[in-house]
Amino acid sequence: MPNSEYNDVEGGMGIVARRILAYIVLILLTVLCLFWFYVLFINSTRSNAELNRGFTLLPSTYFAQNLDNVIHGTLPIFKGMLNSFIVAASAAILSTYFSAMTAYAIHVYDFKAKKAIFTFILAVMMIPTQVTALGFVSLVNKMKLTNTFIPLIIPAIAAPAIFYYMKQYMESALPHAIVEAARIDGSPEYKTFNTISLPIMKPAMAVQLIFSFVANWNNYFTPALVLNKDNVKTLPILIAQLRAADFLKFDMGQVYVAIALSIAPVIVVYLCLSRFIVGGVAVGSVKG
Amino acid sequence: MAKAKKSQVVKYNKWGYIFLIPFVLVYLIFQLIPLFTTIYNSFFENYRQGIVQVGPNFVGFQNFVTIFTNGDIPTYFSNTMIMWILGFVPQILISLLLGAWFSDTRLRLKCASFFKTVIYMPNLIMASAFAMLFFTLFSDIGPVNSLMIQMGLISQPYKFLSHTISARGLVAFMNCLMWFGNTTILLMAGMLGIDSALFEAAQVDGATSTQVFFKITLPLLRPILLYVLITSLIGGLQMFDVPQILTNGDGSPMRTSMTLIMYLNKHLYSKNFGLAGALSVFLFIITGILSLIVFKFTTQEEK
Amino acid sequence: MKKKLLSALLSVAMVSALLVGCGDSAPAAEAPAADTAAEAETPADDTAAEAPAAEATEWTVSDDGKVLNIYCWNEEFKSRLTDHYPGYEEVDATHGKIGDVDVVWTIVPSDDNAYQNNLDETLLGQADAAADDKIDLFLVEADYALKYVDTPYTVPVTELGVTDADVAEQYQYTKDVVTDSNGQLKGVSWQGCPGVLIYNREAAKEVLGADDADTVQAAVKDWDTFQATAAQMADAGYKMTATANDSFRVFSNNVSTKWVENGAINIDANIKAWVDMSKEMVDAGQTGTADLWSDDWSAGFYPEGKVFCYFGPAWLINFCMAADDASSIAAKGGWGACKGPQGFFWGGTWICGANGTDNASLVADIMKQLTCNADIMTEIVKADDDFVNNQSAMDAMAADASYSSKVFGGINPLPMYVEGVKTIDLSKLTNYDQGCNEEFQKAMKDYFEGNATYEEALDVFYKGVTEKYPELTY
Repeated sequence: MPNSEYNDVEGGMGIVARRILAYIVLILLTVLCLFWFYVLFINSTRSNAELNRGFTLLPSTYFAQNLDNVIHGTLPIFKGMLNSFIVAASAAILSTYFSAMTAYAIHVYDFKAKKAIFTFILAVMMIPTQVTALGFVSLVNKMKLTNTFIPLIIPAIAAPAIFYYMKQYMESALPHAIVEAARIDGSPEYKTFNTISLPIMKPAMAVQLIFSFVANWNNYFTPALVLNKDNVKTLPILIAQLRAADFLKFDMGQVYVAIALSIAPVIVVYLCLSRFIVGGVAVGSVKG
Repeated sequence: MAKAKKSQVVKYNKWGYIFLIPFVLVYLIFQLIPLFTTIYNSFFENYRQGIVQVGPNFVGFQNFVTIFTNGDIPTYFSNTMIMWILGFVPQILISLLLGAWFSDTRLRLKCASFFKTVIYMPNLIMASAFAMLFFTLFSDIGPVNSLMIQMGLISQPYKFLSHTISARGLVAFMNCLMWFGNTTILLMAGMLGIDSALFEAAQVDGATSTQVFFKITLPLLRPILLYVLITSLIGGLQMFDVPQILTNGDGSPMRTSMTLIMYLNKHLYSKNFGLAGALSVFLFIITGILSLIVFKFTTQEEK
Repeated sequence: MKKKLLSALLSVAMVSALLVGCGDSAPAAEAPAADTAAEAETPADDTAAEAPAAEATEWTVSDDGKVLNIYCWNEEFKSRLTDHYPGYEEVDATHGKIGDVDVVWTIVPSDDNAYQNNLDETLLGQADAAADDKIDLFLVEADYALKYVDTPYTVPVTELGVTDADVAEQYQYTKDVVTDSNGQLKGVSWQGCPGVLIYNREAAKEVLGADDADTVQAAVKDWDTFQATAAQMADAGYKMTATANDSFRVFSNNVSTKWVENGAINIDANIKAWVDMSKEMVDAGQTGTADLWSDDWSAGFYPEGKVFCYFGPAWLINFCMAADDASSIAAKGGWGACKGPQGFFWGGTWICGANGTDNASLVADIMKQLTCNADIMTEIVKADDDFVNNQSAMDAMAADASYSSKVFGGINPLPMYVEGVKTIDLSKLTNYDQGCNEEFQKAMKDYFEGNATYEEALDVFYKGVTEKYPELTY
């Protein structure tokens, strides 16, 4: 790639040449991104014996068999999907709604502690959850919340990064005048927030809902510390178990299907909403 | 009259506090209290011997002394940084290039949204599943090795996870793959935000696109680049899922791909809360300093 | 002076504990915060661990449970129960039914102490657990059996209703492993695990000229001969063993010192001998370095894997060698067995009853049926090629010419096991064996592959073990 720039300086590469180069690089990167998923797809259709014989580029016919083995295996993948969904969906809804509420408090009102709180939230935004994991785990133990979803869902209410995104968005999309107008109409404050401000925030909420859902769906560190019973484990824990468990590896076909199952839902959702998601990445996270 | 209006505003403003209650309460309980417990624990000897609890016994700074003097912190810190740099450098280069292409109006790339969709996709994949996938693909008899043997590139399987370079390289490669789409889109947004009049003026002056890129785009992108750099650095410090699952928590070979959080996880896992606490405090201080930098930078922009 | 400082520090600690609300993180779960601070006070100058057995040597077992909770690390026991326990109905992979009692399986892989950690949590929470969540039965391996047996969390089998007469036919060593320091038997096993060398007949014919046990035994009769044969195998394109770890148990079972002596980690001379031999073999390309259980290891179960032999007990053959897959060597009866360079054992699974179980008689019945009932045990041998824990039944079957193993192409391997089981010596077991064995194999892999010197690898081993067991020194 630095090469191309070099050429450019030398001869002033024509626009067509540059376009071709761009396409070549893009196609290479596309292949690089998609190749792994292709291999995953192929291998999930092959039996263990076939997998042992080496790799082929063509799918085989064992997908249904492998899927059946996973369904009847000891690894509760489908229960895990359900658990992951419950956790991710609840956490996403809570964090989006309450982050919007927090941002609203900072954006609309003027009170003494406002600046201090805003500064505090920004300051802690970057502190990773891992740092407090130890205290978190012992707190969860004390509260007897191990093997429940509460410690994975409720903390989502306080999500500084989502708050920041919402705050940025409000600055451009929610003028104070709207709130003022609602007040003159006699609308109570919480109602103004719920029925007037939230609809305006819809695009930002939707983007954060998706990101927050994906982040929680994929989260491994915290759930692994809080959940240790099979019937509550989320997908990433089960996947990690696949890596560790000796007896599960006797059938690699099953392993590939299990991986595919944990990836597929997110990919399907993503492909449906991709334009929206890709557009949402840049908004608010950095002011361009 | 004026007085009445003011109290009206004050009356409204108490809602500011009310709306903050959920956030503050949850943050206090699930973040702040754990943070203090963590710090508190770092001064105690506290672990399990079999099923028997040992401690907590107050030991002062002994835990900190232990993790620094036995060389663990420096080693795992440098491992983490090396893998982060290996992944970040290609990531930022590719992202800059793609961002420039995507935002270059003269280039008029077709299917840009298709490419953006594809390159962003790995970011959404469950890191643990992605790591498990790579583990199976790159195992000694996995598809990558068998493909390379079939193509005649090698005669013996290459043991990816038995060599420091390839193990770290795999982790870095996966991180790069997962994040370059995200970075591209961020940088592109930054580039599109640059006043197009500047580019037009440069074109009129006969600047090549390379010159435009280095003389105009890059300097103006500085704030965003800094933001990307520091958030990525903090993300890098938290590196866990990928190396953990790829190496099954061993950081093989010889712990050269063991990251700080993997090490923390080891102690949390064996319930050695004293050492885990000391390690957390160390991480807290490092990320705290980095956060401060980001914070300064974001509030600067606020003005 | 020192005391004053200490008390000052302690009061600071207490205050912060009170402020924080939960100073201590022992998940043993006493709720009130004040308690916690008080706890922090006592052990300050007293470094000794509190003895767990102090108060609770009272056995509480009852019979009114509706749910039987079983904890184990793989599917072996489940398939034994499904296939051989009268009245067990499978509902799905992790649920079953015995009469009107629901059976719930909790299967956690044993890798990296995950099974033990999970079991610890469960046993520690047993007193507070709801009736349906109380653990009733769990399995342990020889590597860490003592850790559980010598605690009040495991109930003596006599309390459940299994008598000495019931277990009379069991091999003595299987009882020694799970007898606590008070001499009480705390568990039973259905299997004996004497190991043999399992060889690939195809390879034996090709390289050694014949595939009968005597010819092969002559070629592996001691470690020097073993290595010489390995060289021949390598010339013919076969690996002697799939990985260096295959022979680890053979060496580690013949040690003269324990993994941990007086609180310090100890490397026995025989362990070092394994390292030296394995290094030579790896360097010569006669064996690999993959982990046990990895797909690189199990590739040798198929002809394409080109592996000459595995070391294993009966359960390995049944449980791992893919006899149900038509393309495997086992399905074609392509394995043979001989004694190998040294006798050894590997693994073994013991059934323990948890203190506080509410299905005592059902647990006892499972124990009796699977480990004392000669008919069922004979059936297990016939169906699963296992070697069961019943002396007279095994002696009888060893002498029975009509029994033969399909995997071994129609020979009866039992006489070899019966021979081997007599030599099993478990006196060198410690609570730390699983962690030590696992970490040692992991660390030596780097030495074998040339990533580290022996000393460097040893350092990583020490590090890994002390991370798991902070109380140990080296």
